[in-house]
Amino acid sequence: MRPFDYERATSLHDASERMSDAAAIIAGGTNLLDLMKIQVMTPSRLVDISRLDGLDRIDDHDGGLRIGALVTNTALATDPRVRAGWPVLSRAILAGASAQIRNKATTGGNLLQRTRCPYFYDTAMACNKRAPGTGCSAQGGSGRMLALLGTSEDCLAAHPSDMAVALAVLGASVEITAPSGELRTLPVTQLYTLPGNRPDIETDLKQGEIITAVVLPAPRPGTAQTYRKVRDRASYAFALVSVAAVVLMDGDTIAEASLAFGGIAPRPWTDGSVNALLAGAEASDESFARAAAQLVPDSAPHPETEFKRPLLRRTLIATLREATGLAGRVDTARSL
Amino acid sequence: MTTFTVNGRSHALALDPRTTLLDALRDHLNLTGTKKGCDHGQCGACTVLVNGVRVNSCLCLAAMHDGDEITTIEGLGSPDRLSALQAAFVEKDGYQCGYCTPGQIMSATALFEELKAGHPSYVSEGLDGATMSDAEIAERMSGNLCRCSAYPLIREAIAMAAEAEE
Amino acid sequence: MTEIFRMNEAQPRLLDEMRQGVVGKPLSRPEGPKKVTGTARYAAEDLPDGCVHGVLVRATISRGRVTGLDREAIRDMPGLIDVITDARLLRNPAQGMAGVAPCQPNGEVFYHGQPIALVVAESLETARDAAHRLPVHYEEIAFETDPEAAQDREDKDPETAGHFDATFAASSVTIDARYRTDAQAAAAMEPHAAIAQWSGETVLLRGSLQMLRFNRDELADSLGIDPERVRILSPFIGGGFGSKLGIGPEAVAAAIASEKIGRPVRVVMSRQTVFDTVLRRSETLQRVRLGADGDGRLRAISHDDLVSNLPGESFAEPVSQASQFLYGADGLSFSQTLARVSRTPSGSVRAPGEAVGMLALESAMDELAEKLGLCPVELRLRNIPETHPMTGQAYSVRRLADCLRTGAEQFGWARRGAPGAQVEGDWRIGMGVASAARKSALVQSAARVRLLGDRAVVETDMTDIGTGSYAILGQIAGEMLGLPVEKVDVRLGDTSFPGASGSGGSFGANSAGSAVFLAAKKIRAELAAQLGCAPGELALQDGIARGGNIERALTDLVSSEIVHEAEIAAGDTSKSHLSSGFGAHFAEVAVNVWTGEVRVRRMLGVMAMGRILNEKTSRSQALGGMIWGIGSALTEALEHDPRTGHIVTRDLANYHVPSHADVPGDMSVVFLEERDDMANPIQTKGIGELGISGAGAAVLNAIAHATGARVRDFPALPDRVIRAIEMAGV
Repeated sequence: MRPFDYERATSLHDASERMSDAAAIIAGGTNLLDLMKIQVMTPSRLVDISRLDGLDRIDDHDGGLRIGALVTNTALATDPRVRAGWPVLSRAILAGASAQIRNKATTGGNLLQRTRCPYFYDTAMACNKRAPGTGCSAQGGSGRMLALLGTSEDCLAAHPSDMAVALAVLGASVEITAPSGELRTLPVTQLYTLPGNRPDIETDLKQGEIITAVVLPAPRPGTAQTYRKVRDRASYAFALVSVAAVVLMDGDTIAEASLAFGGIAPRPWTDGSVNALLAGAEASDESFARAAAQLVPDSAPHPETEFKRPLLRRTLIATLREATGLAGRVDTARSL
Repeated sequence: MTTFTVNGRSHALALDPRTTLLDALRDHLNLTGTKKGCDHGQCGACTVLVNGVRVNSCLCLAAMHDGDEITTIEGLGSPDRLSALQAAFVEKDGYQCGYCTPGQIMSATALFEELKAGHPSYVSEGLDGATMSDAEIAERMSGNLCRCSAYPLIREAIAMAAEAEE
Repeated sequence: MTEIFRMNEAQPRLLDEMRQGVVGKPLSRPEGPKKVTGTARYAAEDLPDGCVHGVLVRATISRGRVTGLDREAIRDMPGLIDVITDARLLRNPAQGMAGVAPCQPNGEVFYHGQPIALVVAESLETARDAAHRLPVHYEEIAFETDPEAAQDREDKDPETAGHFDATFAASSVTIDARYRTDAQAAAAMEPHAAIAQWSGETVLLRGSLQMLRFNRDELADSLGIDPERVRILSPFIGGGFGSKLGIGPEAVAAAIASEKIGRPVRVVMSRQTVFDTVLRRSETLQRVRLGADGDGRLRAISHDDLVSNLPGESFAEPVSQASQFLYGADGLSFSQTLARVSRTPSGSVRAPGEAVGMLALESAMDELAEKLGLCPVELRLRNIPETHPMTGQAYSVRRLADCLRTGAEQFGWARRGAPGAQVEGDWRIGMGVASAARKSALVQSAARVRLLGDRAVVETDMTDIGTGSYAILGQIAGEMLGLPVEKVDVRLGDTSFPGASGSGGSFGANSAGSAVFLAAKKIRAELAAQLGCAPGELALQDGIARGGNIERALTDLVSSEIVHEAEIAAGDTSKSHLSSGFGAHFAEVAVNVWTGEVRVRRMLGVMAMGRILNEKTSRSQALGGMIWGIGSALTEALEHDPRTGHIVTRDLANYHVPSHADVPGDMSVVFLEERDDMANPIQTKGIGELGISGAGAAVLNAIAHATGARVRDFPALPDRVIRAIEMAGV
């Protein structure tokens, strides 16, 4: 770690005031300190917002929930309302990291965690995200944490969050507070920007803006919800591929389906055309394969992630088999 | 100056802001029972309880824990007064080299509380809660790596201590 | 000097005649209470007053020279003490039992990640920051990172018996299969650490090291001083698995810095540095050819491999070690190619050779059984040779057939159906088997035992890396001296004690245990003489000595203390007989046919590994080995960047050692008792590595049985399982 000034913010406004290019906000710190130790991130000021009042609450809100940015992953996953109404969110969070990390990591921090691309993590390697203009050494490199979709010639990084994938499938929004105190909201899927030629810019957040909450829309009782995560070991590992599914069945037919994907793109990935294809389709391997064909490109834009194509296709099918009751286990959303 | 309580004793430390809770415990308070295995939250050897909740102390800045109550392995028992879990680890041989052991025991200590509170896990049948089973313990302990791979015996020890508690 | 006892002939089973009844028992480790309370002190934890902190700087080129360090750039950092470059710094840890300094590159860079300097500061935070920020200038030269493309390679002469080509050609059923294993890391939980402190002419090193007798010589040679001036303490070691066999860059750097600065220096490797610079297990490319008659009798066995290491490193993963004596055939051939590449050097990691070689051999045996339509257990039973097929040596004692049969019965092997036939939703269930074999050895070892009335002290520089040395050495001394283990104080990990084998190669218990046994035996002889009886008539139990018609308390018999040292070394029996542990592993797995995920449901290892000294710690060793087998079969892969050769998976988030969830609760071990009279006077065989040898193959064979598809790239990561399933069209 480089030396930094540690400052405890007294209010949100105070935190915003203290922000600059050289400052970073710290709450749970599980990813920030990890990156600071290896000097991938080198803020000269840390603004501690972990003790700000009011940001650690989960409140009922318009039939849904408003989740404060400082709510820990554990608090969110175990909240009785979340477990009942948005089970895919609980499962996704519980699929991530370890109990220790979930106890510390916050909702806002989880959304803003950085990629696990090993070249981003190694300051000896060129990385456009870490050091703009130096090149992308993931290309032609090795690594299982890279993206299949949404990449550019300048960056192959994947977003590693599980929670964000569930939030995407649930149509959640983030509430952003500007230094002026003004609020704006964005769908989670629009929080992230694709790398293009500026992979160092990852979100739509402007200088001094702070994510203060995540808003969940009203639950969809009766929907089958599942989060399927495939990884290189059975637990405590990032996703190679993950699929979050919310499905409403009408007999053997899929009335509605909403899917989101993790481990394969620079943001939680959604594709409306895949959802549309499934709506009204019979729950069968054939329908699922058609949905997979719609989602998965014919070849990987970068050969490093070619192995994720069959993995994504088949994990999508496996997830839909679970969500439609053909195999395995599924959670059903209840009214609150 | 950062002030926090460790195992019931208050400590006031003047530290470089970069000092992690882990390094503060090990190098400044000589409480070396909390181990450094990876320093990045990837192994669990540094697990301690902060205000009763298990966390990786390597991912905590000491300065952020002003006023907190911290429990480390030294706070659970001593060689001649072992806690039920510590005694079970000895009895079941739930360790080999011993380096991950304090983290495993701290984690298991918290696991009991989490189960009591009805927290589900990724592998729970439903999300309403869970009962103690080997699969549940395995998933909930997966943030604690053991390269000697004493896993089955660690879980036997946890189950043994859980039974003793009932 | 004590006379060295050489193992030249079969030894009587004296331990079986003892009365105390502690050897073999499942006794808890004496150091256990310290370990579970955090009061066991590891290398980095006894900080001397005034200790400063060193952090190693890594090379960020793959081959070339350091032409300069820009010390000026970091000079103003408060608390920075020194940037140390020294011709004596190490390129990498010494290979096991080297006894001399490893390569000291003096500014030359051989691999990306090599330590090139040490930054020392008042605080760890500053040292780490400075090590990151120190600008280094290099001159680069060309290099190769791909073992398969390397021009610089050594083809070793094949080891052969009979005529492989002819017998293979004459075989009615053949297998010719290629397998790959990714490189692996020992990844001990405790990072390599050292605290060096000079007083006058001598240096005291608190280290995390497995073989102190050798390490002392290696450190002395590295520093250019006499070994008498080096003392190493290593009472607790947070796992080794081969990675701490030899002196490492952290220890030598700490000693150099401490001497220069005049203060104690601690150097702890970061986890990333451990991956960068500690000896890894080489990746392998293996070709196994098996030829058999229609009735499943092997006629030809060949096992060829390609492994890699840095130029100048003598070690080459002995891939086909077990293939040379596990099964018999008329023609056998084993060849190896060692490619020289710019990658982190390779060395011994738990069960070097067997750990990866048996994945291939035992997969090939399974493929052969399938082709023959023969039960895999039966195929193995039919091919157990009379004598060592390469050397003609006799086997000391071997219960491979018993292990296979017992395991098959206890595991419910008879319920195993056709491949791909057992379905549970999207999961396919399968069973697999593999033989286990791991050579056992005796390494020169000394120990001192002191009898002080009704208690005893054992002193040797033997280490306990989690293996149970504290427990078993106390049990051996207690058994021999008629004392409960609570009355035996075992002191290890200090080079001022008599030099032992250290922990490695599964020889620690055999070697150090025998030395303790022999020293205690000398004490017994002295006690017998005092009682006026023959040593064979002396009975010792619970502190009471009986002999002839006399019965006396040891507290009466021993006025001050009786001290004896003993030393043992291998002898003629190691040439006349092959001593090896044997066993059989059984695994049941579930494979998701869509996602390629594999879950091990249960495992059984049946092992015959000589006398079991402690049933509890032996079981732990065996289980641990089997779980390493799961790791090698399913999760563990070091990835090397194809351009720089550096390890991309250089932390514990990206290098996947098995977690709790990867390991089923239903893991059992059955020991078949045996006595290896040819091995050593306590009739033991090595325990630490047999558990891993073959275990992964049982898992891989179970995947093939579950799915009907064979994975030949290990570990069987989900995408590799999918590829096999799609290629097999199942």
